[in-house]
Amino acid sequence: MYKVDPKTGKQKFYSTAGFQSIASALISILIGLIVGMLIIIFVGLTREEISTKGMLEGVKLVFFGLFNTGRVDNQLTFGFNPVNFGNMLFRGIPLIMTGLSVAVAFKTGLFNIGAPGQYLMSTAATLYVAIVVPTETVPAWLVWVFAFGAGIIAGALWGAIPGLLKATLNINEVITCIMTNWIAANLVTWFFDVRDYLKNSDEAGKIGYIKTTASNGVETAKMGLDKLFPGSQVNGGIVIAIVIAILIYIMMTKTTFGYKLKACGSNRHAAKYAGINDKASIIASMAIAGGLAGAGASLYYLSGHTEFYWSTYMSLPAEGFNGIPVALLASNHPIGVIFAGIFMSLLNIDGLMIKSLTAYNEYIADIIIASIVYLSAFAMIVKQVIGRKGRKAGNTNVNDEPDPALLEAQRAAAKAAMQVEANDAEPAPAEEEGGNK
Amino acid sequence: MVFLIQQTMIYAIPLMIVALAGIFAERSGVINLALEGIMIFGAFIGVLFVRTMQENQTFTQEQGQLLVLLAFLVAAVCGALFSLLLSFSAITLKADQTIGGTALNMLAPAIVLFFITMIAQQNVLRMFTGDSASWFMIKPTTFGYDRDYEFGFFGNLFLNKVYITTYLCIIIFVVLSVILYKTRFGLRLRSCGENPQASDSLGINVYKMRYIGTTISGFLAGAGGFTYALTTSNCAATGEVAGYGFLALAVMIFGNWTPLNVALGGILFGLFKCIAATYATLDINGDGVYMLAEIGISPYVYRLLPYLITLIVLAFTSKKSRAPKAEGIPYDKGQR
Repeated sequence: MYKVDPKTGKQKFYSTAGFQSIASALISILIGLIVGMLIIIFVGLTREEISTKGMLEGVKLVFFGLFNTGRVDNQLTFGFNPVNFGNMLFRGIPLIMTGLSVAVAFKTGLFNIGAPGQYLMSTAATLYVAIVVPTETVPAWLVWVFAFGAGIIAGALWGAIPGLLKATLNINEVITCIMTNWIAANLVTWFFDVRDYLKNSDEAGKIGYIKTTASNGVETAKMGLDKLFPGSQVNGGIVIAIVIAILIYIMMTKTTFGYKLKACGSNRHAAKYAGINDKASIIASMAIAGGLAGAGASLYYLSGHTEFYWSTYMSLPAEGFNGIPVALLASNHPIGVIFAGIFMSLLNIDGLMIKSLTAYNEYIADIIIASIVYLSAFAMIVKQVIGRKGRKAGNTNVNDEPDPALLEAQRAAAKAAMQVEANDAEPAPAEEEGGNK
Repeated sequence: MVFLIQQTMIYAIPLMIVALAGIFAERSGVINLALEGIMIFGAFIGVLFVRTMQENQTFTQEQGQLLVLLAFLVAAVCGALFSLLLSFSAITLKADQTIGGTALNMLAPAIVLFFITMIAQQNVLRMFTGDSASWFMIKPTTFGYDRDYEFGFFGNLFLNKVYITTYLCIIIFVVLSVILYKTRFGLRLRSCGENPQASDSLGINVYKMRYIGTTISGFLAGAGGFTYALTTSNCAATGEVAGYGFLALAVMIFGNWTPLNVALGGILFGLFKCIAATYATLDINGDGVYMLAEIGISPYVYRLLPYLITLIVLAFTSKKSRAPKAEGIPYDKGQR
C-alpha cells in the first residue's frame, strides 16, 4: 500500500499518512480561500458601490488580514499587529477545545455534533459559579478553579447522555446530539431567564447579557502574554488549552485507556471480544468530548470580559459547530487541532478586518470555513489522489472506506495494536476483563 | 378555537413539508442533515425574489397571490439546486453524509448572511414595501368581499387570514406521499434506501434514484424554508430558521419515516411551538392559549418538549425502529 524507497527501505515521505493529512488540509484551506476570494471578486464586479480598489483590498485581507495594521493615507498597511495576534490566540481557545472534543469523539468512532449543547451547559455552570461564589470569603483563584471544574463537569455530563443512549440502546449519536443541543439551548435560556441577579443591569447597552466574571473579580491569569501582545484580549487560557491538547494526545496514543477507546471506535464487537467494556468506553469518550467542549466555554468566559447573551433558545453557539472543521482540518490529531484551531481563529480575525476596512462583511470568513468543511467531507479522496502519484499498482479502492474518521480510527488502532505486539507487552485490555460483565 | 388551529397550522405546515423532505432523502438512502441549511437558503431566495420584484414594481399588491406562488416556486427550485452540493459529495464522491450535511448547514447561513448584509446593510432582509399580511394573506377582500365580511366558522378557519402556501404545501405533501407509496417510482426509490444492491440487480440506477430523492428533498426543504419565513417571520430572511430543520428531523424520526405519522407528528409539534410562541400574547379571541399559559409552565418547557419527546420515542423504539436500512451508507457497485 505504501510506496517504499528501494535503496533505504524507508517509506517515501509523500506516501505517509501524516504527509497526506497535512497536504489535504492545506489543499482544502487553499480552495476555501480561493472560494472566498472569488465571492469577493464576484460581488465587487456586480455591485456598483464597490470600487476595483475596494475589491482588491478585500482580496488582500482574505489572505493577510491578520497582518493588517490599519489604513494610512487611504492605503492598507501591513506588518506585525499585536492586537490581532493576541485576539487570534484568545479566540482560538474555544475553537481548540471544541476541536479536541470533536476529534476525540471521531477517534473513537463517534460524531460529536453535540459540542454546541455541551458548550452552552458549561457556559451556564461556569458563569453561575464564577458570579455567585463570593470572592470576599473565597479566594478568587479558587473560585476560578471551581468554575472551571463546574464547566467541565456540566459539559461532560451533557456529553454523556448521547453516549449513554448510544451504548445501551444503540441510538445514532448524531440524532441524540442534535436533540440535546436544542434542549440545552432552551434549558440554559430558562436558567438565566428566571435568575435576574445574574443579568448585567448596571451598564447601559448591556441588556440581555449576563454579568462578566470580572465583576466578581474572577479572571484568567494573563501569564505575561499581555506584555507580548499589548492591547489584546489574550490570557493564560491559550496555554491551558495547549497543555490540555498535549495531555489528550498522550492519553490517546500512549495509554491503555486511550487504546481501549480507539479500539471500540474502530470495531466495537472486536473490542468487546477482546475483553474491553465497550459500553463504558463509548460513554467515557462522549463524556471526555463533552468535558473538553465544556472546558472551552469555561476558558472563554472566565477570561473575565467576554459577555454572554443569555436568550439563546433560537440559536446555538458557533464555537460549538466550528469544532467540526477544526477537527476535520487536523485529521483528528490533537496536536494538529492546536494549529487548526488557531487558523480558524485567524480566519475570524480576517473577517473582522474585512468588516471594518472594506464594504464587505465578516461572514466571508464563515463562507471560507464552511467551504473547508465541505471539502473535508471528501478529504479522503484528496488524500488518495495525492497518494496515487507515488503508487504503481493501486490495490486500494477509494470507495472502500467512505468514512475518513473511521478509517483514521482504524488505522490508529492497527498502529497501536502493532506497537503492543512489538513491545511484547501484556495485551492491553486483559486487565479489566470480566470486571464489567 | 379558530385562532389556535390557524396558529398551529402556521407552525405545523413547514415542519410537515420539511419532514417529508427528510423522508424522501433518507428513503432513497441519503441522510439529509442539511435540511436546516436548505431551509435557510430557500427562505433567503424567496424573500430576495419578493423584494426584487417589488423593487422593480413587476407586481402590484393585488397580484400578491401570484407573486407569492412564484416566490415559493423559485425558493423550492433553488433549494433543490443547493441540495445538489450534498448529492454530489454524498452520492458521486461517496463522502461522509453527516459531514457533508453539516457543511451545508454552515455554508447556508454564511452565504445568506453575507449577501443579506451586502444588500440590506443589516442582518435582516425584509420586503421592499408593505408586510406579508397586507400583500400575501388571504382576506375577505381577496375574494372581492367587504373587509368585515363574515365567513362563518369553517370559512373563517380555512379562508380568512390564511396563506396560500399552506394549501400548496398540503397538496404537495399528499401528492408526494401517494407517489412514494403507490407508484413504481416510489417503490424503486424506497428500495434504494433499503437494499441498493438488490435494486441494482433489478436494473434500477441507484445513483440516479438517490440524486432524485435528495433533489426532491431539497425542493421541499427550500419551499418549507420560504413558507416558514413568510408565515412566521413576516416574510423576512435572517440567516436562521430557529432550528426548524432539526425539529423537522425530529418529526421525521418521531413519525417513523412514514408520511401519515409525520403529518400527525408535525401537528403535535406545531401545537407545542404555537403554545410557546403565543404564550405571552393577550387572549384576544378567547381561544384557550392564554389558559395554557396560566397553568404556569414555562414556555421553555413547550419549546424543548418536541426534542425531549423525540429522544424518549427514540429510546423506546430503538429496538424496532424502522429507519431505512441503507441510509447513510454510500452505494458502491463493487461491494457485496
